Amino acid sequence: MSATVAGNGAGTKYVGQSMRRKEDPRLITGQGSYVDDISLPGQLWAAWVRSPEAHAKITSIDTSAAKERAGVVAVYTNADLDMEAGLPMAWVPPGVEVNTPDHWVLAKDAVKHVGDPVALVVGTDRYSVVDAAEDVIVEYDPLPVVTDPEAAIAGGPLVHEQFGTNKVCDWSLGGGDLEAGFAEADVIIERRIVNHRMAGAAIEPRGVLAQYRAGKLTVWSSTQVPHFLRLFLTILTGIPEDRVRVVAPEVGGGFGSKLNIYAEEIGCAWASIKLRRPVKWIETRSEGMMVTHHGRDQINYVKIGAKRDGTLTAWHTKILADLGAYQTLLTPLIPPLSAFVMSGVYNTPVVHTDVTAVMTNKFATDAIRGAGRPEATHTIEVMMDQLAQELDMDPLELRRKNFIPPFENGHETAMGIVYDSGNYVAALDKLLEHIDPADVHREAEALREKGTYRGIGFSTYTEICGNAPSRAVGPSAFGLQGGGWESATVRVHASGSVTLYTGTSPHGQGHETGFAQIVADRLGIDPSMVEVVHGDTDTGPFGLDTYGSRSLAVGGEAAARTAKKVADKATQIVAHQLEAAPEDIELRDGKWSVRGSPDRGMTLAEVAGAAYVPENLPEGMEPGLDEQTFYDPENFVFPFGAHACVVDIDAETGKVKVVRWVAVDDCGPAINPLLIDGQVHGGITHGIGQALYERIEYDESGQLITGTFVDYALPTAAELPSYETDRTETPSPVNTLGVKGVGEAGTIAATPAVLNAVLDALRPLGVTFIDMPLSPMRIWEAIQEAKGKAGAPA
Amino acid sequence: MSKTVPVRLQVNGVEHAIDVEPRLLLVHAIRDNLGLTGTHVGCDTSNCGACTVHLDGRAVKSCTVLAVQADGSSVKTIEGMGTEDDLHPLQEAFWNDHGLQCGYCTPGMIMAAAGLLADNPNPTEAEVRKGLEGNLCRCTGYHNIIKSVLDAAKSKGATVSGQSEVTA
Repeated sequence: MSATVAGNGAGTKYVGQSMRRKEDPRLITGQGSYVDDISLPGQLWAAWVRSPEAHAKITSIDTSAAKERAGVVAVYTNADLDMEAGLPMAWVPPGVEVNTPDHWVLAKDAVKHVGDPVALVVGTDRYSVVDAAEDVIVEYDPLPVVTDPEAAIAGGPLVHEQFGTNKVCDWSLGGGDLEAGFAEADVIIERRIVNHRMAGAAIEPRGVLAQYRAGKLTVWSSTQVPHFLRLFLTILTGIPEDRVRVVAPEVGGGFGSKLNIYAEEIGCAWASIKLRRPVKWIETRSEGMMVTHHGRDQINYVKIGAKRDGTLTAWHTKILADLGAYQTLLTPLIPPLSAFVMSGVYNTPVVHTDVTAVMTNKFATDAIRGAGRPEATHTIEVMMDQLAQELDMDPLELRRKNFIPPFENGHETAMGIVYDSGNYVAALDKLLEHIDPADVHREAEALREKGTYRGIGFSTYTEICGNAPSRAVGPSAFGLQGGGWESATVRVHASGSVTLYTGTSPHGQGHETGFAQIVADRLGIDPSMVEVVHGDTDTGPFGLDTYGSRSLAVGGEAAARTAKKVADKATQIVAHQLEAAPEDIELRDGKWSVRGSPDRGMTLAEVAGAAYVPENLPEGMEPGLDEQTFYDPENFVFPFGAHACVVDIDAETGKVKVVRWVAVDDCGPAINPLLIDGQVHGGITHGIGQALYERIEYDESGQLITGTFVDYALPTAAELPSYETDRTETPSPVNTLGVKGVGEAGTIAATPAVLNAVLDALRPLGVTFIDMPLSPMRIWEAIQEAKGKAGAPA
Repeated sequence: MSKTVPVRLQVNGVEHAIDVEPRLLLVHAIRDNLGLTGTHVGCDTSNCGACTVHLDGRAVKSCTVLAVQADGSSVKTIEGMGTEDDLHPLQEAFWNDHGLQCGYCTPGMIMAAAGLLADNPNPTEAEVRKGLEGNLCRCTGYHNIIKSVLDAAKSKGATVSGQSEVTA
């Protein structure tokens, strides 16, 4: 299988190199422009009055005092909104009923979660609008609150009375005969696994600056999805798309949390249209914790069957997903994404997943780094260790026993999902070149005398990304009201430099460098000659933005194909000018020349000159050197890998410390290994964060307990080790680059490795299962409980 | 707006006289009044350190200092560290080692690291990790940030010895 298909004999001079990033000089010198760094003449500031109640009727809103404050220009409530529709939710699965409540920019009659916006205050000054928001007097009549998904589905207080239930939908995916599968099993184990709610917590808060001027709406937003936002601004404001421009300037991290159409974006745009002045809003971190969507919040009730020798026979997962009070852009389709990878890397003949989604009085969940796949992988990999324990088998032997054997071009799982390529045993073998569990267990013996419990945990994963083939995800299939293609335009300027316009919209990933490497190789130029333009809907063609580890496998491939079109045209021009046959022209060392005669040749700049001063072009050829591609992939891509985590636990305090992490990831041939490692490091850390420290927590009355970074504990440098990373490269047959995504892989792999390591460490104490987050308190309690069971003094 | 008070600041070597509300945070004075937007705000509770600047030579979180408290002080921000043509060794190291992704925490991280290296020019990895625990990054997992700071510490040493060779 060919790893790369470059244009016209172009080598891979830059692809595969760890090039430092083109983005960085501006970012390390403070010259990047994030939303809050942009200001406009006449700019106003917005502040939101938010509900302190988790569930209540709004009985009155008095805005008079706020309106009287100096500098206040307007105060709006739902009664002022003249929008026909509320915020969008984009999943309409054929044949499945989804109970989706209206979700207005400002709450109408009732509030459903803490932070629900009730009024919008606009004024001249950043600080004084906050004072004015304090002056808005809202009276509430509290209603019963439900925050626990099991209580909500069992008939707890209704979040939205009109549905007569808290259930959002049931959705299933499966293959094979469950009854027969479990009948074949010698051993059946069941667990209830909680995957708690967490935050994306990008360090840049969200922010919006909207300007309506001369009949045109321009919105700068800290978003992953500028093209989606433009479309929904048109739908909600009625301004045609050609007169709406959305710019995602420098975006300070996303992790899924900026993949949404938020009330604040629509509200500020609407206010700027009403007031004919620019309106800016910058989220506070407390707002971010309340009303930037959360992720996870699933309970998995899982039952698996296996033969005595470890061969899996059946796997049944019931997912209860807590969606919160409203459904944002993709809320209810995230739990079904878990189902797509419930086979993991194993050849299980029967796999069924039943999703039940439920409403509670919390903010919406939606895509957070991994979006459904971390939950699935956590359940799968934790269960593999649980099964190994039950069978008294080595957890890695159990995995090897069930691995799907290596395949290069398609493997269909029990559920009918076709993985593109995989070599799971190779990834595990490579991992074990770096770390030997026997060594760790020897170290553990020695440390135990000092009261430290050391353990090692593994995770062998695959995931689904590169979304998406439109016909697989679209309205008549999975039910997403959209496609999954990506666009690219390659514009060679008359002097020979190049602009690539990509429809993807990065927020830290390094597209400007990686995509430039791809284009540069195909055009025989240095990547410094390729400017990558993104995140501005007034520049390139329509695009589908960045999320779900799709940028390289879809957007990068679109760029590669477009660059090849340019190279093909260049070849035609050069052949014509050199009076040679096109098939005799090769691109070598930055010049197109006749094979064997490298002295006579043309650089890209010379070709561009010939294309734009078209005195001597082939008969019928249009002038110019500017090509475009819309690429719709044939399939998803399925990266995979093997991770090992070593933890030390202080048995006195229950504190867990990750002391070593080894990761082998396979995302196909590397474009830029430096960027891959960076994504893996960050991904692992997100997973360690969830496993050990992070948790979005509401109390029973629906108050958010973790409303700031004081209470919501992101991991710091002091808690973490340096990581050891390695790769295997199994090309994907889906795209010509052979690439798969890597943005979420680390996160998807990480949490079960931590949990398995903790259980490995605590096994001598008799602890056999525990849920995340693995806080000192929870670990300590588990140790005490196990001691109690063993009859030892606590 | 309540009544304002005059504040004098020397920022990156330039004198500024501004009138501010007493409650104005130093970070907003730097960003909104002086237009130096390289210093960022990430959390409002002095947990994330994106707003780190040097106040009279010490690394501080400028979201936790009032502009009036800084009256008469000298402030150094990321814009005062180096330019694209003349990078500070820490900036160079962050670039070489991929010590940043989205870049939002980066100015604060570089300022905090500069403070750390001023106190401890040859830190161990553990000391760098401990020293930067007040600065949050969500992208990098800190791995390459730590590497950047350690490399900058080394290269600073190299620069100094290089100079002494030239002058000797």
